[in-house]
This record gives sequence, C-alpha cells and structure tokens, in this order.
Amino acid sequence: MLGPDIQWYVILSALLFSTGALGVMLRRSPLIILLSVEIMLNSANLLLIAFSRLHGSEDGQIFAISVMAVAASEVVVGLGLIVALGRRHVDLDVDRLRTLRG
Amino acid sequence: MANFLVWCVWFVAAFACLVSALAVVTFRNPFYSALALIGNLASLAVLFLLLSGEFVAAGQVLVYGGAVMVMFLFVIAYLGDKSEDSPWSGGPSWQIVGAVLAGGAILAEVIVVVGLAAGNFLSSPAPITRSFGSPASIGRLFLTDHLLAFEVTSIVLLVAAVGGVVLGSHARVTESSLEGDARA
Repeated sequence: MLGPDIQWYVILSALLFSTGALGVMLRRSPLIILLSVEIMLNSANLLLIAFSRLHGSEDGQIFAISVMAVAASEVVVGLGLIVALGRRHVDLDVDRLRTLRG
Repeated sequence: MANFLVWCVWFVAAFACLVSALAVVTFRNPFYSALALIGNLASLAVLFLLLSGEFVAAGQVLVYGGAVMVMFLFVIAYLGDKSEDSPWSGGPSWQIVGAVLAGGAILAEVIVVVGLAAGNFLSSPAPITRSFGSPASIGRLFLTDHLLAFEVTSIVLLVAAVGGVVLGSHARVTESSLEGDARA
C-alpha cells in the first residue's frame, strides 16, 4: 500500500471525531450541531474504509455506504425539525429549547 | 517516487480535512460552516481514493457534497440570517472547559488504545486486486452477501422521507391554524 500506514488514518480520524464532538458540546445552534455530527460520522467512515483496506475486504466499504444513507436520513429529519422550529419563530438555541411538545 | 507523491497528497488532504473541520466548529455564520463542511467532505473523498475506495469516494462527493449539503444550505438560507453568538462567548466558562477536556479525553483514549493495543497489527495491509472498491465489485457484494443491509437501507430512507414530509406539513398546518385562531 502506497502512502501512510493505517495508524496515521486512525490518528486523523480521532482528531476529526474529537473536533466534531467539541462542536456538539460547545455550539448552541442546532444547525451547527448537525454539521458537527456529520463530521463525527465521516471520521467513523474514514476509519471503516481504512480498516477495510487493511484487511483487504470490502465489507467495511459496504458499511460506510450504509452509514452515509443513515446520515442522509438523519439530516432530513433533523432539518425538518429545525424548519418546524424556525416557522414558529423560536430562538434556535438548544439551551433554550426545553420541550418537544407542540 | 510514487510513494512520496502519495504522502504529499495525504498530508494536503489531511490538513485540509482538519482545518475545515475546525472551521465548521468555530465559524459564527452557519452558512460558512456548511461551506467549510463541503471542503471537509471533499478532502475526505481524496483520502478514500488513496485507500482505493473509489465508489465510496464518488458517493461521498455526489450524495454528501451534493445532495445533503445543498439541503443544508437551502435550510440555512430559508431560516435567514440568524445572528449567531460566538462559540467562545457567553455561557458559563466551566462548560467550555469541560467540553474541551471531554474532547481531549476522547482523542487520548483513541490514540492510546490504538498505540498500545493494536499498534503491532496495523502495519501490514493485505494484498488487494485491481477491482477492489470499484462500483462493480461493491454492487455485486451489495446484491449477494449484504442484500439485507441494502433492503434495510432503502426502508430507512423511505421512513426518513415520510418523516421529513410529516414534519414539514405539520408545521404548515399549525401555522395556518394559528392564523385562523388569530382571525377568530
């Protein structure tokens, strides 16, 4: 395999994951929290593909594609919620959104 | 020589990946954050190509960088320019300290686990054929060994589409009923 070993990918993926986790914990806008969750999902995808290359089996790539589909569904539902909140002219701040009831 | 080139591409892509991820987390305006995430996804696709995941890289650019991010940008534009407070201002500071500590703990945990426990097993990649990760072989695997995952994925997408429609139409109904209440 040309280029760096798998360890480098693991370290990069760990850095990306903790960046995304930091975004989820620090930011209060639900939009940016969703974007940070996307970063975390993608770091997991990177690791899945790296290990699929290490083991020479394509199952990890299948898993990564499934993760992509789940992430797309998660974005649809999350953005639907955010749009529903935005139509009610609520402050988009997860610290102030205390109830899910209509 | 080829190895050196791959290392150069890897470093550029990894650097772009980390910088754009930090930009997503730190930008005030959600629109710029979403644009930075597109850069993050594109540089991840380059890394996928280096790992010979060609189909996944193409799917990453088309599905994520294309469809999902366009949806994000539409929603951000629809909601308008909400004034965002800076991530570092406001809120109790112990919250920020705790978040940074927790993020560092995740990082240290992963690196220590990989470095100590699995470090020796990670350096000899298995040999692969030329068709590894090509659309043909991924498709064959999806329709033979992983047929259940394929079908479940389609059901998940269907449920998500129904959920999106329900959430959107519910908001419209309550809006019009609120207007009716105001008129009455």
